Amino acid sequence: MIKAEMAGTVWKVLVKEGDSVEEGQEVMILESMKMEIPVEAEEAGVVKRVIVNEGDFIDVDADLVEIE
Amino acid sequence: MMFQKVLIANRGEIARRIIRTCKRLGIQTVAVYSTADADNLHVRDADERYFIGESPVNQSYLNIEAIIAAAKESGAEAIHPGYVLLSENAHFATAVEAAGLVFIGPTSAVIEAMGSKLEARKRMEAADVPIIEGVNDALASATEAARVAQQIGYPVMLKASAGGGGIGMQVVHDEAELLKAFEGNQKRAASFFGDGTMFVEKFIAEPHHIEVQVLADKHGHVIPIFERECSIQRRNQKVVEEATSPFISDTTREKMLDAAVAAASSIGYTNAGTIEFLVDKHEQFYFLEMNTRLQVEHPVTEEISGLDLVEWQLKIAAGEPLTIQRNQLSVHGHAIEVRIYAEDSLRFFPSPGTITKLVLPKQEGIRHEIGVEQGSVVTPFYDPMIAKLITTGATRDEAVTRMQEALATYEIEGIKTNIPMLRDVVAHPEFIAGRTTTRFVEQYYLPQVAKK
Repeated sequence: MIKAEMAGTVWKVLVKEGDSVEEGQEVMILESMKMEIPVEAEEAGVVKRVIVNEGDFIDVDADLVEIE
Repeated sequence: MMFQKVLIANRGEIARRIIRTCKRLGIQTVAVYSTADADNLHVRDADERYFIGESPVNQSYLNIEAIIAAAKESGAEAIHPGYVLLSENAHFATAVEAAGLVFIGPTSAVIEAMGSKLEARKRMEAADVPIIEGVNDALASATEAARVAQQIGYPVMLKASAGGGGIGMQVVHDEAELLKAFEGNQKRAASFFGDGTMFVEKFIAEPHHIEVQVLADKHGHVIPIFERECSIQRRNQKVVEEATSPFISDTTREKMLDAAVAAASSIGYTNAGTIEFLVDKHEQFYFLEMNTRLQVEHPVTEEISGLDLVEWQLKIAAGEPLTIQRNQLSVHGHAIEVRIYAEDSLRFFPSPGTITKLVLPKQEGIRHEIGVEQGSVVTPFYDPMIAKLITTGATRDEAVTRMQEALATYEIEGIKTNIPMLRDVVAHPEFIAGRTTTRFVEQYYLPQVAKK
């Protein structure tokens, strides 16, 4: 499970369910304090679920993307 | 007539800073706030407060209709925009004027002209203010590039118009080198960016970012209030600023102040403004852009000049003439400002959260501008800058020592801040020696952190 490092807004979701991702690949871009924060996959796998939508406000530690 | 009541269309430390001067002058203050800021210090400082919308800036601090409605309802006669947010928005200035209120800043026409880089360049060129040559010429061929480079004078920077990350960019020292480099770089740019448009501009080695503060009244008087050295930046945002610049000579200083006055006069500028220059190692300076508002780093200018810039903004907006002359001003000592950001010191990523502990240093020669207190929640909606720390001294050395001491005891807990970075920067031998270029962070700070 990829979690949010900080509170902010989901700006762009870069993957969808079923996508294969590599370690270090950007899966999402958050916006916090007027800055774009890329969110990377910690390990390679397949996207099982994208939990948030673009525009959603998220808190620190919120679940973002589930990778299998 | 001086205003009786002013609305401040901003938040945090700068709203508090403006309110402070208004109070001293006996002017009533009106704060505006979003949902996230309901309990903020700037809201409590003001005499009146109006809710203007939900937390995201486009619903609150950029909500022109709600801000003007609040001004009308409160009976304020003028609006101070602070910095960023709506401060350089010509549409806002127009709307304020249309509502029969005074916008504390220049006219909307001037804001619009300076907001366009190309237009600003043209205006400055017409006023004989030096600009970096060649920037807007798209080049069709290597021979044309050589012709333009010849005019500008070598070395030049060959750049890809669509470039980024240094790709397609190269310093060339003579025509042979240029002709050799052109084709290859054009191909590389075309394959990387899908656009092989190339241009050349004068190469500025080890540039300094130095800006001149001006005040201009509505009666045709423009005076420069010295310069600020703002070279130390991260993510293209300033981190450390000082007045005056330890780099330029008195002769260069006078030339830059003259150029700034010419720039402001030529466009009919009014109120407080800043002309930013890029300065090369030979002290040649070039116009970068004009900021048509109060700057974040204005306190260092106030400390060395003894002027209250916000007071002058209010007076000028109210129609009063400047009663100070350029030759009456002198530099008193030295001042340094550091910006305290809610972000980590390594990647410069934001760190919202609750401030669980806040201890401010209280030595001689310290000025605080701060928008938070212990218990404040730093939300993810706004700029990460939460405070500024300014130290002054009879000499630069004294101001530097005081900054080192002040940062050593500045404590913020609960969120990450860039205080560890600031401590390293002001302790660095290159900073102590006054050798600060725009490459300072990547050249000195980051390698030092990597070693730790």
